[in-house]
Amino acid sequence: MEEAIIIEKSVIIVAVFAITMLFAMYCTLAERKIAAWIQDRRGPNRAGPGGVLQPLADGLKLFAKEEFMPNTPNTFLFVFGPFISMTMALMTSAVIPWGDTLEIAGRKVILQAADINVAMLYVFAVLSVSVYGIMIGGWASNNKYSLISAMRVASQMISYEIAMGLSIVAILMMYSSMSLREIAAGQHEMHWNIFYQPLGFFIFLICSFAETNRTPFDLAECEQELIGGYHTEYSSMRMGFFLFAEYAAMFISSTLLAVLYLGAYNYPGMTWAAENWGENTANLIGIAVLFAKICFFIFLYMWVRWTIPRFRYDQLMNLGWKTLIPLAIINIVITAVVLLLTR
Amino acid sequence: MSIQNISLSGRKKQVSNKEMTLGERLYIGAIAGGMATTFKHLFKKKVTISYPEETRPFSPVYRGQHMLMRDEEGRERCTACGLCALSCPAEAITMKAAERKPEEKHLYREEKYAEIYEINMLRCIYCGLCEEACPKQAIYLTTSKKIVKADTNREHFIFGKEQLVMPLEQAIRNTTKSE
Repeated sequence: MEEAIIIEKSVIIVAVFAITMLFAMYCTLAERKIAAWIQDRRGPNRAGPGGVLQPLADGLKLFAKEEFMPNTPNTFLFVFGPFISMTMALMTSAVIPWGDTLEIAGRKVILQAADINVAMLYVFAVLSVSVYGIMIGGWASNNKYSLISAMRVASQMISYEIAMGLSIVAILMMYSSMSLREIAAGQHEMHWNIFYQPLGFFIFLICSFAETNRTPFDLAECEQELIGGYHTEYSSMRMGFFLFAEYAAMFISSTLLAVLYLGAYNYPGMTWAAENWGENTANLIGIAVLFAKICFFIFLYMWVRWTIPRFRYDQLMNLGWKTLIPLAIINIVITAVVLLLTR
Repeated sequence: MSIQNISLSGRKKQVSNKEMTLGERLYIGAIAGGMATTFKHLFKKKVTISYPEETRPFSPVYRGQHMLMRDEEGRERCTACGLCALSCPAEAITMKAAERKPEEKHLYREEKYAEIYEINMLRCIYCGLCEEACPKQAIYLTTSKKIVKADTNREHFIFGKEQLVMPLEQAIRNTTKSE
């Protein structure tokens, strides 16, 4: 019995990492494709049918490029920086409930790498560590522009994390639990949090854009107006790791958005499906539904990137501190009042 | 109606510095409008042309690479008069004339021919004035889609007679076709 659990868990962990990596890889292709479509172009379509092998070709190119190493005070930190970003982006996927349970060979398998009861705290702890990767990368580059950019990103990520955390508090109050699994299960059928917490959803959405350093908050990498970002000195696959971390973070935050606000694997008619087609089929459809929701958010990320221009730094800080944080607090107060009156 | 308010194009607009309302300052409407615009573009016709497979249609007045023509008997038409070089605004054409020997009668139509005929393709602007100036109808800008190949060596862009004169096989083919 013990062995079976270990095997089951390792299979799930490998699958979760593989899925995250694969999604991050293909996000790069999706980004280029959607950018092209929005600009009335076709996008990469040479490598494989419709360009499906493009991420592999990109990876091969990055591996084959020259690895430039600046005259840095600390080589170890320079090499290590991208890996922190990358690891932190991937680590969050451990607590995401990818589905309800699946019955395989007479055993109920929970589709989650780690079902811990402080999942939300864990997510925020890991998210805040990813700032270190960027800070270390920017500092070890031995380049003033990189350092300034890293500072910019760090202050941006930290200030938006506050609003993000506050917007989550309302949900934690509704469920009186920090377990993502319970939050997912609580949004059964159409009881999705987006209907109960529309303001919280918007705050969380905006903060995720800022957290993942995506446009309109991608001050980290404004080549046009500020030379470049914390990764100016990085080249070849080290640079690739930073970009990959961005895409992995994007995938994870899309997943969080789907799990927290869009009902995770729940879909209308789930109980009906479970009664008529069996629990397993209903849960399998649930997994597909979750991935459809994730894909929608990934698309949203790209759609926004190719629509909205970049924010100026002071506008960014104004939005974060003077708008989103007060709004999040108002949201908490409203939720508290409603909960007090209804329970 | 005063003169200030007349707008012949109908697009004249008074600039105003009015304060934005709260709804406008939230920017949500503007952002949604922008997103709708880009979303519409997802389904628009793509302007890309997949180059090697499809090519853009060429204009009917397209002028391609030069060719020094041969006459019906396969002799070079050029008599090295230098009018093309004179008419060339970019001064891309240079030539050196030589006199035809009796045994070369089958090679050149006139008594004088171009021993060296060079066009500097880096200078040529494909204006077609050489074509107009030529009294012997020797130089033509073809409609061939042949494009001067990229190179790192400047010398290679100076095209000599071997690149410019119409290949003999082509001349033979042309004469047999007309018969």
